[in-house]
Amino acid sequence: MKGLKFILAGILFGIVMSKSEAISWFRIQEMFRFQSFHMYGIIGTAVILGVIITYLIKKYKLRDYQGNPIVFTPKEKSVPRYLIGGVIFGLGWALTGACPGPMFVSIGYGYWAILLAVGGAIAGTYTYGVLKDRLPH
Amino acid sequence: MLELVRQPWPWYTSGAVIAFVMVLLLFFGKSFGVSSNLRTICSACGAGKSVKFFDFDWRSQTWNLLFLVGAVLGGVISSQFLSTGEAVQISQATIQDLGQLGISAPRGIQPEELFSLEALFTVKGFLILLLGGFAIGFGARYAGGCTSGHAISGLSNLQWPSLVAVIGFFIGGLLTTWVLMPIIF
Repeated sequence: MKGLKFILAGILFGIVMSKSEAISWFRIQEMFRFQSFHMYGIIGTAVILGVIITYLIKKYKLRDYQGNPIVFTPKEKSVPRYLIGGVIFGLGWALTGACPGPMFVSIGYGYWAILLAVGGAIAGTYTYGVLKDRLPH
Repeated sequence: MLELVRQPWPWYTSGAVIAFVMVLLLFFGKSFGVSSNLRTICSACGAGKSVKFFDFDWRSQTWNLLFLVGAVLGGVISSQFLSTGEAVQISQATIQDLGQLGISAPRGIQPEELFSLEALFTVKGFLILLLGGFAIGFGARYAGGCTSGHAISGLSNLQWPSLVAVIGFFIGGLLTTWVLMPIIF
């Protein structure tokens, strides 16, 4: 089954997000109150390793498992969309203590209430799609 | 061995595994970003018929939906087989601050005051999760990505737009924490 590897990668992601408590509302609050290094350590380690690995993939022009070159698409240059969008995202991130990945992990963990936040996130995405052309980008 | 796995994992193991997941997806010919699934879900539900933004071949994103299914399963596996059921060990300072907002010290991973079904059926509890989720979905799409797409994938590729987005994430998060929450809670 071609899709199995993505499910397995997702399982690994779900386990690590919950075992490291990154799905916890408490941990996100602790981060925004600068009262613990925990979340900064998680994101920092992932980014530092990510930078090194991305550099090596580009340097040695590594290919994916099907032999295609691994390409990184540059983000379009703009400030308003990233800043305004980012701030709105952050408002919700601190309120629900979840980002899109951890939301789904929390459902699996048994916190059913967060399904409401997932519903809200889908509605928010839909609303963006409707308003897209009228927003500054 | 299993006992060790069942303990909460230290931050450095977690960061390393997240980087590994990102690389794994790159070698699968994909890129790591969870919030695009929300757009895919809208499309799969037929939003493309009325809104152009959702009019794309969402089936090409099935792999990412499967990743999401895996993430849910990962949560199930953690809670059922890999957990000691202990409370999150957050700092004493945070416990005190949250106590003043009426949130009691952790007894699990999430606060009862927000994530119990009783809380869900209060107006305040309902609106916090719904509007918080709405901001996440709207903001992530507006900014073109969330924590995984910008903070992990984008920063790893040294993209300054991702840095702007991450700075935005923190401005919003700090506003909620320091300005809005004392009013709301």
